[in-house]
Amino acid sequence: MTKETLSAGLAERAPLVGVKALLRHRMIWPVLALALILIVDGVISPGFFRIRIVEGRLFGSLIDILYRAMPTATVALGMAVVISTKGIDLSVGSIIAICGAVIVWRIHAGDPHFVILLLALGTGLLCGLWNGMLVALLDIQPIIATLILMVSGRGIGLMINLIYGGTNPSFNSALLQGLSVGHISLIPTRLVVGAGIFLLLWLLTRRTAFGLFLESVGGNPAAARLAGVNTRLIIYSAYLISGICAAAAGVILTADTHTSDPVSEGLYIELDAILAVVIGGGSLSGGRVYLGGTLLGALVIQALTTSILSSGLPPEYNLVVKAVVVLIVLLLQSSNARTALVSAIARRKR
Amino acid sequence: MTAKVEIVGVSKAYPGVRALDAVDFSVEAGEVHALMGENGAGKSTLIKVMTGALRADSGVIRLDGDEIKLDSPGAARAAGIGAVYQEVNLVPSMSVTKNLMLGRLPRRLGLVSWSRARDLARERLKRLGVDIDIERPLGSYSVAIQQLVAIARALDDDVRVLVLDEPTASLDAQEVQGLFDILRDLKQRGMAIVFISHFIDQVYQIADRITVLRNGRRVGVGTTMEMPSFKLVSLMIGHDLLVAEQKPPTFHLDPNAAPILIAKGVGRRRVMEPVDINLRAGEVVGLAGLLGSGRSETAKLLFGAIRADRGEIFVAGDSVGAASPAKSLRLGMTFCPEDRKSEGILSELTIRENIVLALQSRRGWLRPLSRREQDRLADEMIEALAIATSDAEKPVGQLSGGNQQKVILARSLVAGPRVLILDEPTRGIDVGAHAEIVNLIRKLCEQGLALLVVSSELDELVAVSHRIVVLRDRKQVAEIPGSDITRAKIIETIAGS
Amino acid sequence: MNEKYLPLGATIAVFLILFLTGGLLYNHFFSTLVLGDILADNAFVIIAAIGTTFVILSGGIDLSIGSMIGFVGVAMANLDVAGWHPLASGLAMIAFGAGFGALQGFIIDFCEIQPFIVTLAGLFLLRGACFMVNLDAVPLRHPFVSEFAAFAIPLPGEGFLASSALIMLASLLVAILIAHWTAFGANVYAIGGDRVSAALMGVPMRRTVVKIYALGGLYSALGGVVYALYTSSGYPLAGTGTELTAIASVVLGGTLLTGGVGFVAGTLFGGMILGLIATLINFNGSLNGAWIMISGGLLLFLFIVLQRFLVGSLKFGAAR
Repeated sequence: MTKETLSAGLAERAPLVGVKALLRHRMIWPVLALALILIVDGVISPGFFRIRIVEGRLFGSLIDILYRAMPTATVALGMAVVISTKGIDLSVGSIIAICGAVIVWRIHAGDPHFVILLLALGTGLLCGLWNGMLVALLDIQPIIATLILMVSGRGIGLMINLIYGGTNPSFNSALLQGLSVGHISLIPTRLVVGAGIFLLLWLLTRRTAFGLFLESVGGNPAAARLAGVNTRLIIYSAYLISGICAAAAGVILTADTHTSDPVSEGLYIELDAILAVVIGGGSLSGGRVYLGGTLLGALVIQALTTSILSSGLPPEYNLVVKAVVVLIVLLLQSSNARTALVSAIARRKR
Repeated sequence: MTAKVEIVGVSKAYPGVRALDAVDFSVEAGEVHALMGENGAGKSTLIKVMTGALRADSGVIRLDGDEIKLDSPGAARAAGIGAVYQEVNLVPSMSVTKNLMLGRLPRRLGLVSWSRARDLARERLKRLGVDIDIERPLGSYSVAIQQLVAIARALDDDVRVLVLDEPTASLDAQEVQGLFDILRDLKQRGMAIVFISHFIDQVYQIADRITVLRNGRRVGVGTTMEMPSFKLVSLMIGHDLLVAEQKPPTFHLDPNAAPILIAKGVGRRRVMEPVDINLRAGEVVGLAGLLGSGRSETAKLLFGAIRADRGEIFVAGDSVGAASPAKSLRLGMTFCPEDRKSEGILSELTIRENIVLALQSRRGWLRPLSRREQDRLADEMIEALAIATSDAEKPVGQLSGGNQQKVILARSLVAGPRVLILDEPTRGIDVGAHAEIVNLIRKLCEQGLALLVVSSELDELVAVSHRIVVLRDRKQVAEIPGSDITRAKIIETIAGS
Repeated sequence: MNEKYLPLGATIAVFLILFLTGGLLYNHFFSTLVLGDILADNAFVIIAAIGTTFVILSGGIDLSIGSMIGFVGVAMANLDVAGWHPLASGLAMIAFGAGFGALQGFIIDFCEIQPFIVTLAGLFLLRGACFMVNLDAVPLRHPFVSEFAAFAIPLPGEGFLASSALIMLASLLVAILIAHWTAFGANVYAIGGDRVSAALMGVPMRRTVVKIYALGGLYSALGGVVYALYTSSGYPLAGTGTELTAIASVVLGGTLLTGGVGFVAGTLFGGMILGLIATLINFNGSLNGAWIMISGGLLLFLFIVLQRFLVGSLKFGAAR
């Protein structure tokens, strides 16, 4: 290309401003979706936005959404990291189940609860290591590799229960209670934990070169390797992160129920997590990691569930509404669909 | 006589780039018409419009004088236009039979008749003189064979126009002649052939007429007689080519200095017999050989992209040990791969990110380059290599092939290497940039870099190399000292006697 | 040509080995009775998995299988209450399955959204619809249902081929025909092998993708019909997790998840392997459900590693 084409190119690429620029940004859709859902909530349930302070802590539907979204959001953050390497982690639900079983087992065995916390995270780390080995070392496709743990993980959890705790064993733990339902001044502890995890991941991906390496591996692993990136290590790290995030969510969810139920704990959470990542702008074919968008995506999903509950619709409607809203967000994100919609409207106007 | 295919006033624009600007083009039956131009001139775009893979924004396409619409590859095929693209666009996991007959499978009682399909497939291949086991997966054959299968597929029974996009890029000299024989035969039978190539010699061998594009416009058309190479080149790049290539290199630095890269007996079973290669600072060693002789493999073995199971590599006296790209980078060795699409660029990432990646790998994840530093490096490289872009934040995938190659080169340079290994650095780079890169290589070696240049373009090797290592059949066979380097000598050594 | 049949051969070999092992471990295991039971019990999953094979061969995936099975059952139960003959409601459901699948395929191609996500939404949509219609199981009372359950073709030995197994085998034959003797089948393999090339070779992308998912939906619905007739009820939670079993069956059958390579017949054996394992564990009695999950995962692991090394040696890239 010569200077002529260059200047022509420059002229045509005048900086996008205003509405057009905003619409191009991928994060606009989850923000809009969330805003829309909240507005509808505000209309249907008066007092939806009210936040009260009761017994030294915040209360209200908005807080409720944040509160309940935390486990899914945590898993989704780890999922976002894995997805950006063109991978996927279907085993997060099973990892949660295994962690739950480990927690109850060690509580009954009398370990100090703080150590148990570390053991739970360690379990997530181990599971992540297993997944990472299959994908990075044995070069197995991520969907199939993590399917293995997904299929067998809950069985492993059941086995641990059977050997050490009996069916659906229950427990009491002040530490875990504190993490799950406690609060630090006004804010629920779990939100602080969640924010901490988000912060750590943000620092890791944006304040070190890890984010660049992650995105390069997802973009073209062969090229990344030739450019000196240790692709194997990066992929391992991604699954480790996902495993730990799942374990963190597992701690909270187990504490919520006071029991270990490997069959149903964290059921379908991987699907919600993947949806959260995609709504947040991430692409399953790898590439950029959108941590903030993922959080928004998780909030959208939770807001939907909460809205349906508070609207009085029977809970059976939850899945259908979720599916429809997710589809709408995805359709809007797709440029083809947008163009088709716009031209259809234009035709109607004529 | 009416042209077989006539394209009038075709335009195609992308955001920021006018790929085609009111281009006229025509090809007649029984003619080989070459389409030439630099990278980004619009050749591939024009071909894609002609074969239905792209739809033009404006303009008219006529077949035998009647206007037609080419909306899809299927429509073009139905119109009798067969296409063979640069990357053999077939399905390697499927059998040769399926690849040849997909879309036109013969039927019997509603179901596919495979015996008939096989007969037809064998027939098609026989027309091109190819006789292979058609039930094996296509991918198990060499690229040359795959290309012939692609051509056989394109030559449908009622194809009257054959469009070939860089058909010789992956063929060695012998295979090229074989292809040209086939083309001449087809020409005699009345086929209209459109042929894109940047190998000027080959164009003069086979083409009857030449059309030259530059910046999306047609700047010249005429018979091969009317267009001697000098005129052709000046039309393509818009100014006289400074024949810098023909100046023999002078070796500035101390020939007795210890080599900065020593490779002793480096090889890998079933990939490459052990080779011994030394590089001194300020020296350019060329690596020559036919396709399949192991040139890229040797380069990758030295860089650590392929793990050697024999021999040792030393950089500046330090043993590399178990080589890996990361390790080589840390020791100051960088590598520009031959296949930029699959091993070079990260197309979704920005130009800036692509450029700084190797340097960042070298520094490690805990020492990220500041944004300001990254911008500085990117701007510096964009200017130094004349990368045609208005914006370093553009995804690299949007650049033309030649500019992508420059980005990869920039990546290697930014990492501050002592040794630079280039595998086909000018592949897919237009004539103008060609000279730039040759000058760049000279400048780098004057600055004290040691370079290993793998190339299939002999003129390039002659222009830059101080020594040439010759490979044949996965073995190192000879070394040509500077004083003896000529085109003829290289060919002779490769051929062996 | 031998190389490409290797994964299929491996699957069949594993099945036979497992079957023989069972025969050695337990009396009366290695019999047509057990074989017939495995086929009948797992027919519905295998039917759905056969349809999924086409989707996976094209490089896609379909997560809505299980939910379709549940929805079809619930719909049939309610139509039964309204007086429909099960064959009529079954046909209607199969048509619905094809239509739903076609819609998914259209969205995938036109909006360029990944199949995983679109079929995930489909999973939620259909499962949710199940709950909206019924929260409990509803029985099918039409006399045809008991006729269906009673019908069986005796096999040499003591076994039977139940009607569900017969339908499954018939659907398999049709699938094999489609995969290997139609232009559509060749197109499916092409798209899975190299999507870009397939488009340039003139494969009608949109039409083919829509047909692929329509076929998948049709087979899932057929599986649902068989399941409803087999269990004589419509249960909203039916088929939960079946998509996993189906995908596992396809993978165990030797089909690559990346697409372009594999055989529909392999899915039959893959599904039977999974059914065999469950039967083996049930025969044992002292092992519980957890073992089914763990062994399923283990088998999948072994198979995938095996597949990995097999494919690794069957290099498709050309030498340079």
